[in-house]
Amino acid sequence: MTLFLFLSQLLNGLLDGFYYLLIAIGLSLIFSLGGIVNLAHGAFFAIGAYLAIALTPYTGFFGAVILVPLIVAGLGMIVERLLFTRFYRVDPLYSLLLTFGLAMIIEQALRWSFGAAPLAYNMPELLRGQVFMGDFIYSRYRIFLIAVAILAVAALWLLLNRTAFGRIVRAGIQNPDILGAMGISLRPYLSAVAGIAIGLAGLAGVLMAPIVPVHPAMGAEVLTAAFVVVVIGGLGSFWGVVLAAILVGLVKGFVIGIDLPSWSLAAIYLLMFLVLLLRPRGLMGERILRFE
Amino acid sequence: MTLRSNFDRRGFLRTTGAAALGTLAAPSILRAQDGPIVIGHLTPRTGFLGPLGEYAVMAADLAAEEINAAGGIDGRELQLIKEDSVNPQTASTKAERMIDRDKVAAIVGEISSASALTIAQTVERGKTLFLNTGANSDALRGADCKRHMFHVETQNAMYVNAEGQHLLQNGLVEGKKWYVLTADYAFGHDLLAGAKAFLERNGGSIAGEDLVPTDATDFSSFMLKIRAAEPDLVALNLAGTQITSFFKQYGEFGLDFPVGGFGFDTAMAWAAGAQNFRGTWPCVWNHQIDTERSQAFTKAFTDKYGKPPENQAWGDYMAIQILAQAIRETKGTDAAAIIEYFEGPDAKFDMMKTREGYFNPENHQLLQEIYAITAVPASDAENEWDIFTTSGPLPAPDQPLESLIADAVGGSCSFSG
Repeated sequence: MTLFLFLSQLLNGLLDGFYYLLIAIGLSLIFSLGGIVNLAHGAFFAIGAYLAIALTPYTGFFGAVILVPLIVAGLGMIVERLLFTRFYRVDPLYSLLLTFGLAMIIEQALRWSFGAAPLAYNMPELLRGQVFMGDFIYSRYRIFLIAVAILAVAALWLLLNRTAFGRIVRAGIQNPDILGAMGISLRPYLSAVAGIAIGLAGLAGVLMAPIVPVHPAMGAEVLTAAFVVVVIGGLGSFWGVVLAAILVGLVKGFVIGIDLPSWSLAAIYLLMFLVLLLRPRGLMGERILRFE
Repeated sequence: MTLRSNFDRRGFLRTTGAAALGTLAAPSILRAQDGPIVIGHLTPRTGFLGPLGEYAVMAADLAAEEINAAGGIDGRELQLIKEDSVNPQTASTKAERMIDRDKVAAIVGEISSASALTIAQTVERGKTLFLNTGANSDALRGADCKRHMFHVETQNAMYVNAEGQHLLQNGLVEGKKWYVLTADYAFGHDLLAGAKAFLERNGGSIAGEDLVPTDATDFSSFMLKIRAAEPDLVALNLAGTQITSFFKQYGEFGLDFPVGGFGFDTAMAWAAGAQNFRGTWPCVWNHQIDTERSQAFTKAFTDKYGKPPENQAWGDYMAIQILAQAIRETKGTDAAAIIEYFEGPDAKFDMMKTREGYFNPENHQLLQEIYAITAVPASDAENEWDIFTTSGPLPAPDQPLESLIADAVGGSCSFSG
């Protein structure tokens, strides 16, 4: 294997990290603020992909990229209002059971409505094919995908760090009780955050639909990797999750780069194991009193 | 509640248990003659083979429905007990339960070669028939063969020989370099051994090879490697949804080396879509085969489910028909009698193809014609199902069916061990 190919694989891994990020950042937000481990997050990713297939004949691909995340965000807010609200103040184990059940119900509902066989979904001709960046060759579609992912994550960062909305959310992550004592109700913020986080999973679903098989269990496949990213990054830290997504991508790229592709999945678990051993709160995990 | 206080749990079990045994045991001899015939259908319905399993279940239901509508098997109703085999351990546990508790006449199904092996070990102990409808590994017909296991599904060697002929005719073997992607489990490993042996016999070489985890969905790293290796052919030994991922991303990266391969299911071509599907592939059956029975089956399936049957649907439909024929011919469900029938010279089956099929008595492989399908350009596809055209039956009419299983790599079969 040449050095050039090795570097290509490393870069490819790095870019891979960005689509884990779309899923992982939402998982991290919902857990940090509400204490809910959302095992149904992957199922919303799958809903996003199926909605893309259903809507594309009417809206075109780019229309679906805009509409689907909004619809999934709406679904997320409904689920938050009906279900999550009852579990914010109890042992996380209960919400784990709740979202696990929800994930199974969504998966089976997709199987009933669309069948278990994967469905075809074409990408616009405009985005097919390869581009050269110097000697490095890459898929045009993935560059589009990564640009959208970076845009979405950047917008989220601005929202959390440069707006009044974000200040309250960050305060709520640290200490919801004091926030309550100051007369600020966290409820509408919890709904909005669940909507944003689940909407991002929907966005990831549309974006991945043209390149992975769209089938009912596709959510379970991405969820595990996203969890690993959240755990490595540490809870409550925006940059921790970003850093972890990049790191996971790089490690995967490295293992493939040194010609051990069958180890690529094991390697990211090994990374998680090492990080937890050295830094039990994750790379940049904040000390959150509620979870100590 | 007074009843409960003087009738404890043990007492209850003793009394009702004895009563149940009494009613069950006494007429069991009669029941064997005219009760329903129960067949266990066991196949993966979740995971990367789950999409194929769904077709298998739909077809098994259709077969049972048709048989019962025509008066059952010698007047006895056919009942299916259907289970998800999940993985090799669960498959074996569920097979055992079907044999011990449900007293099934036979088990039909499976797609994973790894699970088929554990089911085969279980049925051998339980002296119950197993008709494998989806597992292709040569080893199941070789070193791992079992007296009670019969293979309606083709074996890897048949695909290697058929696809190999096609590649030879197109000059893609001798002196050519292949990049080989292989599913990292029993089926893929077995197919890789067969493909490599074929390549070696015919003077080709390997430009690169990778084992792909069964749950992998991102193939971008392989695309970069394939492009760097510049092979003459990208050869796939992939399975299930892996095949779809590969096609989608191969099209996405705009690569255009010829693609071919040895493991294939039409559902995966449909899921890749006309835009991404390419190459020529071997398959055991497809919905375009122009025989009266194939078209009748396609019509019945499409009428019931709103989409044409996949090759996996054909496998499970066929297996139940073959089993029904054997039960009629042997006038019962005795496993030993059916094995003798299957191994004998009179057991010929209408495979919905041009030639009849029969079991090879040495390894229990059902010898039959197979086909090759070729992708049509996306603009020529008439609908989402007819994105390929089918060849005529292989091997050619003057060649014996046995020629397809030449050079199998799975070791030799002995039923005594």
